[in-house]
Amino acid sequence: MGGLPAGKVEATEHDYAEWERRVDALMILLSGVKGGAKRMTVDELRKNIEALPPDAYDRMSYYERWVSAITQTMIQRGFITTEELGRKMEETRRRERQRD
Amino acid sequence: MNASAIEPRFRSGDRVRVRRVYPLGHMRTPFYIRGHGGVIERLCGSFGNPEELAQQRSGEPKQPLYRVRFLQKDVWPGYRGNAADTLDVEIFQHWLE
Amino acid sequence: MKDSGGYQPYSYFQLMEVSLRELLVEKGIVTEAQVAAAVEDMRNRSPERGARVVARAWTDGDFRRKLLEDGTAACEQLGLDVPALRLVVVENTPAVHNMIVCTLCSCYPRMLLGLPPDWYKSRNYRSRAVREPRAVLSEFGLFLDEKTTIRVHDSTADMRYLVLPMRPGGTEGWSEERLASIVTRDCMIGVAVPKIH
Repeated sequence: MGGLPAGKVEATEHDYAEWERRVDALMILLSGVKGGAKRMTVDELRKNIEALPPDAYDRMSYYERWVSAITQTMIQRGFITTEELGRKMEETRRRERQRD
Repeated sequence: MNASAIEPRFRSGDRVRVRRVYPLGHMRTPFYIRGHGGVIERLCGSFGNPEELAQQRSGEPKQPLYRVRFLQKDVWPGYRGNAADTLDVEIFQHWLE
Repeated sequence: MKDSGGYQPYSYFQLMEVSLRELLVEKGIVTEAQVAAAVEDMRNRSPERGARVVARAWTDGDFRRKLLEDGTAACEQLGLDVPALRLVVVENTPAVHNMIVCTLCSCYPRMLLGLPPDWYKSRNYRSRAVREPRAVLSEFGLFLDEKTTIRVHDSTADMRYLVLPMRPGGTEGWSEERLASIVTRDCMIGVAVPKIH
């Protein structure tokens, strides 16, 4: 990405949301730092982020890209399956709706 | 089992060039620096090869990693700034010649 | 773990985060306690830690030399834990100004300074900092003399970088704590310089 034309740097910052901090924490733990057993490398994560289609990359926020890449890496490593993920996401959505 | 360590080939002050190759896959050598010449600023140590690690391979044997200093005016056509301005980039030995 | 008191439906990726974490916990890959502890740990890492390192380097010549030689060891010497960090410290002088970027992703000395600001991770900063540093610095309100050499450091691999800014004049006799108070995160990234207020 270095050297490509781009716009003015907007010195934005935001207070990280709890879910974003948890994504960051997962990345650290799964890379084997801070007491986590090493389950993957940051290189795999970066590769998976680089593999995102360009329009998806731009539409997703930083931690959306990371959670997507961590999930993909866990699937590639065989720790979870796409099916399990799909089922769990449906279950989580259902639980959330029941709180209404 | 110990993979034999790769000997560092370069020292501070050596002139080197980044290979102008464009393999597929995950790389940590930016596109903008490929083919450019610079000077070794320091040897950082030896680290697992990220191209291999990205594919779930061991990344062994570790590759020597250097900080290489490039002149901005050599890297960017029409660079406007001080002629002494530099761009320091970490490059793995297997990318240098 | 709910985010806040007010009810907000999960976005798709928030849903993914909750689901991924629950699956990993079910499979014994991580525990909720580990995640909570790691979140708390990162929350406690902040630019104040880097400012202490800078203030010590300004007041102790031996420490400054050590810092420039081996950034990680120097931080540890100050009692700062910096797991997995390989720190290279680059020094600003009257002739040279340093600036840090990671064009490939967003590498940053998180274990010392905590999480990086959004702009550091933005496409615009990552694309332009390497190519037109002066223009980017001017957007941050930093205007350097033409004769100053700018060194941009692209964290492309395993090292992480910290800029050791110049100690401003008018700070003679200041305590380390007072010195640290003028060293902002942006000074240590290289898009600002310490100012006396």
